[in-house]
Amino acid sequence: MSTRIFGSGIKRREDPRLITGGAKYTDDMALPGMLHMAMLRSPYAHAHIKHIDTATAQGMEGVVAVYTATDLSLGAVPCAWLVPNSDLKTPAHPPLAADKVRYVGDAVAIVIAEDRYLAQDAADTIHVEYEVLGAVVNPEEATQEGAPQLFDDVPNNIAFRWIASSGDEGVEKAFAEADVVVKDRIVQQRLLPTAMEPRAALAQWNSGTGEMTIWCTSQNPHIHRFILSGMLGLAEHKVRVIAPEVGGGFGSKIPVYADEALAAWASMKLNRPVKWAETRSENYLVTIHGRDHIEHVEMAATSDGTITAIRGTVYAGMGAYLSTAGPGIPTILHGLMYCGPYTIPHARCESIGVFTTTTPTDAYRGAGRPEAVFLMERLIDQVARKLNMDPVELRRKNLIPPFEDGYTIPLGLTYDSGNYEVALDKALAMIGYADFRKEQAEARKQGRYLGIGVTTYCEICGLGPSQVAGATGFQGGLWESTIIRVTPTGKVHAMIGASPHGQGEETTFAQLISDEIGIPVEDIEILHGDTGNTPMGWGTYGSRTTPVAGAALVLATRKIKEKARAMAAHLLEAAVEDIDYEDGKFFVKGSPDKFKTIQEATLMATLAWNMPEGMDPGMEASQFYDPPNFVYPFGTHIAIVEIEADTGIVHLKRYVAVDDCGPQINPVIVAGQIHGGIVQGVGQALFEGVVYDEHGQLLTGSMMDYAVPRAEAFPEFELDHTVTPSPHHPVGLKGVGETGTIASTPTVYNAVIDALQPFGIKTMEMPLTAARVWEAMQRRNGSANGSTNGVHEGS
Amino acid sequence: MQVSITVNGKRYERNIDPRMLLVHFLREELGLTGTNIGCDTSQCGACTVHLNGKGVKSCTCLAVQVDGMDITTIEGLAQNGALHPMQEAFWELHGLQCGYCTPGMIMASTAYLATNPSPSEEEIRGSLEGNFCRCTGYQNIVAAIKSAAEKMQQEPVGV
Repeated sequence: MSTRIFGSGIKRREDPRLITGGAKYTDDMALPGMLHMAMLRSPYAHAHIKHIDTATAQGMEGVVAVYTATDLSLGAVPCAWLVPNSDLKTPAHPPLAADKVRYVGDAVAIVIAEDRYLAQDAADTIHVEYEVLGAVVNPEEATQEGAPQLFDDVPNNIAFRWIASSGDEGVEKAFAEADVVVKDRIVQQRLLPTAMEPRAALAQWNSGTGEMTIWCTSQNPHIHRFILSGMLGLAEHKVRVIAPEVGGGFGSKIPVYADEALAAWASMKLNRPVKWAETRSENYLVTIHGRDHIEHVEMAATSDGTITAIRGTVYAGMGAYLSTAGPGIPTILHGLMYCGPYTIPHARCESIGVFTTTTPTDAYRGAGRPEAVFLMERLIDQVARKLNMDPVELRRKNLIPPFEDGYTIPLGLTYDSGNYEVALDKALAMIGYADFRKEQAEARKQGRYLGIGVTTYCEICGLGPSQVAGATGFQGGLWESTIIRVTPTGKVHAMIGASPHGQGEETTFAQLISDEIGIPVEDIEILHGDTGNTPMGWGTYGSRTTPVAGAALVLATRKIKEKARAMAAHLLEAAVEDIDYEDGKFFVKGSPDKFKTIQEATLMATLAWNMPEGMDPGMEASQFYDPPNFVYPFGTHIAIVEIEADTGIVHLKRYVAVDDCGPQINPVIVAGQIHGGIVQGVGQALFEGVVYDEHGQLLTGSMMDYAVPRAEAFPEFELDHTVTPSPHHPVGLKGVGETGTIASTPTVYNAVIDALQPFGIKTMEMPLTAARVWEAMQRRNGSANGSTNGVHEGS
Repeated sequence: MQVSITVNGKRYERNIDPRMLLVHFLREELGLTGTNIGCDTSQCGACTVHLNGKGVKSCTCLAVQVDGMDITTIEGLAQNGALHPMQEAFWELHGLQCGYCTPGMIMASTAYLATNPSPSEEEIRGSLEGNFCRCTGYQNIVAAIKSAAEKMQQEPVGV
């Protein structure tokens, strides 16, 4: 038998166009008569707009139109995750600010011109008179009396207050009776998603047909069609959204923004195609940011190292407006995961969403779960230190024992499957944990500071059952669908509603189909990203494309297979139940030489000269799939760092990752997802962080100022995996798109704190830059007089 | 302003706005959209092309500055339908995901190998200081460059 295509690390089928310059991203598109749109954005974080003078711009040669809020007939930008039982406030988010701007970057006018440069020139001539108001950028401070108020009807800037609890009484009791309690204040700094392709949109209105086509940088074109049709006041069947090649998203291309809608509206107004492409600086100002929590968290444990309770209060910065999925991130995707992979009986998370005069926040890779895993792993290390226990043994003691089909945690979720200790042991063996501790002790004697950090995590992904989506206020479903169409010559078009943008499903999904029916991957095309030729789907995010769309694909392929089997039985003049299948061939049981191939069966079904009784012609199947549960991948990550005593530079020496996402369709692609995830997570630990000044000015507004991780900061990662199938997925798959980011931030952070133990450093604010680490070391040495910004010493 | 620029072996005469960036000249005047724009401060390297054989960021260069010079873009790297060993290696070793940084990565690394044909892993990582990738975590990019370098040592190619 040939090597199974499922599990094979074949080369990606996407790549030839991407390595030759043949790929077409949104900004690569041009249409006859196309105009360019530029935005005029507020330079102030919070201000009343007194007057806008566009006269100069209007009169410039090549300028076709200038619009401000009063010209628009366009709906507000909606929030689509209305978390229930949280007293959620959803003040309107106008596409262009009318009387007030609420963050630096809030758009006040648009210019449409014949040329990209001209549009920008004209925007620069618009004069806006502002009355500047106070700014507030810190979500905890924004709730205090006297803080500047963004909206008249949102007291104390509190957008929502949400609580998840296993039972408050039990939580209180566990803390009261605990032998040890550790507390921490964690700042999950804001991050810039930084997809390498900035956002862009090209809109083409056809007044003759009344149809609007929008090419845009989207992770979920069907959601964009759904919402943009509403904003534009167009019937949904007259709007076509196409996500062509999309250069990464990491969550930032989920939301519906004003810009894409404005380009579409202008195209209707002017009856010409309109393109908008943001610059990187604009991307940093207005494309959503991630994280931004200030958390007060604590953990209770008994003296033998049993964790008895965890609780926290989170001030989650929402920015100036609620982005599409914004409220769901620090609540549903965060608080419900407070127990992690541990048998913690009592848990409570209170999440307070807060408006600040900053860029809106939304899902950024991991979205809520990295924050949950981080605080858990930080607190565990601190409990271990207090109890003088090995942090690995403390984790081991509290891990949920292996389970194959469901484990319900006190916060109500039912994890699908897990075998956490096996992954932990594998990672420990790879890194040589016991030996490292000896090496560390030896190194300290020589004045070298080595540290190790271990994270055992599980996470919720594969979003998710639609019933849960509805119950948690998500204004959409979370199923996926597919249509598989086999052509007369046995080639396959598989149309999916999800919208990959770098994850490689054109390859892995072809492998899934090929594995089921034996058609070679070269003969299979996965079509996605165009609402005009794909069935409905809710998009690519939350590590859901493989678990959800992949399940739909497998089930649809099995329908094809059964039809082909019946057709083959008819052609072979045998009963269907007597037909066996192997490697693309249907044969009569016991007579493998008497067969019909899937291609032959397809051709005959398509010609339909001689069909079985009651069978329709053709070879096509469609399948909707609403998952019965989420999936819960897990694993252990371990990092070893060395800190340069003279400079505070953190060197990442080794990084081991053992992840379990169930069976792997393509291990090379899985590894790629993990590599990239690790770097993004380490970016948060060591390099990245948005900085606003007290006036709400974004100081990290370009790639000169925001530290995107570079190649030289990393060693070669050492990966392995375990395989624990999901019991509810047709082929056991779990998602893997976010695991690296979820696990790596606390892993590296804990390694740094471990290295700094001789200095008694207990906690520091991220990113752990050389300056911050050096300063902490100096202060402990008693020789520094720098600031105490972000450093908290141990007691 | 009148310019004459040779791109991928073909000479183009154009009358352009003096402030036009080279990357916009390539993308919008010539329709060579394989060269991508990832930033506006010359950090990310997505727009890297070869200027007289050397790697330059085409977003940081005016088209008029390269009047009379030779440019190679990602579209010009494959010769006679055969992929350059660097393109092959990126494909073979999964050195790309979304692909947006890839043209710049490939152009920067081919230019780098011209100056250091047999680099160590550490040198390769250092050479990528001006090229960002947000998807791959760099591991397979580094492996691809190393592999291409080894192949090119055995069978040298033109670029």
